Amino acid sequence: MRPLLITNARLLDPASGLDAPGALLVENGRIASLAGAPAEGAEVLDAGGALLCPGLVDMRAALGEPGAEHRETIASAAEAAAAGGITTLCVLPDTDPALDDPALIEFVIRRGDATGSVTLLPYAAATKGCAGQELSEYGLLREAGAIAFTDGRRAIASARLMRLALSYARGFGAMVVQHPEEPSLAQGGAATEGELATRMGLPGIPAAAEAIMVARDIALARLTGGHVHFAHVSTAAALALIRAAKAEGLRVTADTAPPYFDLNETAIGDFRSYAKLSPPLRREEDRLAVLAALGDGTLDAIASDHQPRDADDKRLPFAQAEAGGAGLATLLGVTLAQVHNGALPLAQALGLVTCRPAALLGIEAGRLAVGAPADLCLIALERAWQVKAGQLPGKAQNSPFDGRALEGRVIATFKGGRRVFG
Amino acid sequence: MSGFSHPVLPGRHLLAIEGLEPPHISALLDLAESYALLNRQGKTQRDLLKGRTLINLFFEDSTRTRTSFELAGKRLGADIVNMSVSTSSVNKGETLLDTAATLNAMNTDLLVVRHSQSGAPALLAQKVDAAVINAGDGTHEHPTQALLDALTIRRRKGRLEGLLVAICGDVLHSRVARSNIHLLSTMGARVRLVGPPTLIPAEASRLGVEVHHDMRAGLEGADVVMMLRLQRERMAAGLVPSAREFFRFYGLDAAKLRHARPDAIVMHPGPMNRGVEIDSAIADDPERSVIGEQVEMGVAVRMAVLDVLARELRRNA
Repeated sequence: MRPLLITNARLLDPASGLDAPGALLVENGRIASLAGAPAEGAEVLDAGGALLCPGLVDMRAALGEPGAEHRETIASAAEAAAAGGITTLCVLPDTDPALDDPALIEFVIRRGDATGSVTLLPYAAATKGCAGQELSEYGLLREAGAIAFTDGRRAIASARLMRLALSYARGFGAMVVQHPEEPSLAQGGAATEGELATRMGLPGIPAAAEAIMVARDIALARLTGGHVHFAHVSTAAALALIRAAKAEGLRVTADTAPPYFDLNETAIGDFRSYAKLSPPLRREEDRLAVLAALGDGTLDAIASDHQPRDADDKRLPFAQAEAGGAGLATLLGVTLAQVHNGALPLAQALGLVTCRPAALLGIEAGRLAVGAPADLCLIALERAWQVKAGQLPGKAQNSPFDGRALEGRVIATFKGGRRVFG
Repeated sequence: MSGFSHPVLPGRHLLAIEGLEPPHISALLDLAESYALLNRQGKTQRDLLKGRTLINLFFEDSTRTRTSFELAGKRLGADIVNMSVSTSSVNKGETLLDTAATLNAMNTDLLVVRHSQSGAPALLAQKVDAAVINAGDGTHEHPTQALLDALTIRRRKGRLEGLLVAICGDVLHSRVARSNIHLLSTMGARVRLVGPPTLIPAEASRLGVEVHHDMRAGLEGADVVMMLRLQRERMAAGLVPSAREFFRFYGLDAAKLRHARPDAIVMHPGPMNRGVEIDSAIADDPERSVIGEQVEMGVAVRMAVLDVLARELRRNA
């Protein structure tokens, strides 16, 4: 492959703090120089002043493959990811079959490599079949390439099992990712308990279901010395517990997803099932708390929490509709909305979708550094667009942001120096 | 009936009481009142909905509401079809939208829908050309029940404004309660909810009501005591330990009713669980119970709703 020189770019690397106009040279799929040194015979791309940052690292997405290819395939998700600037994608194991066998882990990694545009890093099932009964083979799964352990959308309900998972995973240097929701309080619920759910006559899930699980698992992290990571944290109460656990020095980390800092529960008004998510959208105070936690470092990452659903899953009475929203194409745009409205500095916001999840996962990604893989994202920061369900890249169209006007659009995505979008 | 120069309702469907303004409600009640009079005189208006098709689409069993709509439609001359769709089929949702497509193809004018899921009639309303009337959806709303309750109260008390209405029992699972809360507070009545904390929905006080867990205190000074049905499943779910405990603390008997105003009326949307939420002696007391009149007003209110929505169909034709 010819070397590639991207000139006239605003280079932004959240990890090093670099934010300066310049040029970036790619050789053999890796970043060869940030100094703008011209290379012999290089292809030159004029970025026209656009922002060049590391390709996004999305630490939580469900794909339809294997088992639900009618909703999304690895190929269609890769297309959406590339359009969203995502070059590394951690995929959930609660597929059909669940990713609880080394062969399945290898299968997903191989299918990701075959796309040529995105690295897929599969989580392995924390329990066999994600059924919450017995631990899966952490050692073998880790060797096969599992990035960490989780049961995906299902909380590991048994305290004893969670204790074992945290202890055992620690031996293999892996974290356990929890869906923080006490199942007995969430069962049958369709929306956050409160005035709105009462008005709509929807069965509620108390916001405390999240804090209860977070409190329990923090105690188990303290007991075991294991690393617990809470996915899509959405309530002020849970964030306060996580903040305190971090201050105590426990191995506790957390991410959130764009719906939880961009939308509140009113988005489900008129029984809009595209805004039915798990955890459910919260009240405004919680949304503000999530934003504050992104700002003060309590939250380590923003993940897309992509959950593909098709029309048959969603065109149902609200309580019967499936929870979950498509998120790959909107991860960056909705994150940047918080930059444009002044809630987060640009470098910090981009850090939450690049170097910080990469560091958490211990992977070589999410950085603009000489020698790093040339996974890059070129962004027109001020370019306006509108999210339109039905016209999103990829198969899944169930965006909770349907109709949302955004500013900041990916104009090109590079994977290993090769242009895969734009 | 005299024609209205402007629409009575804000939309072409009747999906909920929430969102209606006092003039909408008053106009419906006035019209229903005149239908009640005609019904008592044995007169009908069979030309009003002549040639109109009304489908009673019931995804949940109901004898009284369906019959009431059927009678109302017949008295106005509509062609009526009753469809009961089994809720036991696995793909309820598919059935719902498939049914919508089918009904649309049949050029239905008025669609009366009952469904076990909150929001189901609203979903259906997006997909059909017919005017949709919510005949009860999940734990969301049951607008015609609230209208008939209001009409009954208005006839007995002469007004709604300023009255104190106690809604008692399983408010959490009650669409009747939600519609009544919206209607009564919109019309200026004071609403109290009375029940054990496990059967009062979260943040109910934010709906503009007072919440009481002691029935005697809750009934103090009430003009209207509205009892709700307690389903057996609530005991199984552990929300209430037993029927006898519920009756002891929240069942309406003479002793508790003494705390209400001496001229307080007692209401129940039916069907009643005698000895669970209401004592037979109260339910059958002609001085206090207006349960029979509620059923009578049900037909009149539904005639008014069908009439008003059919006018809208004509206006938009």
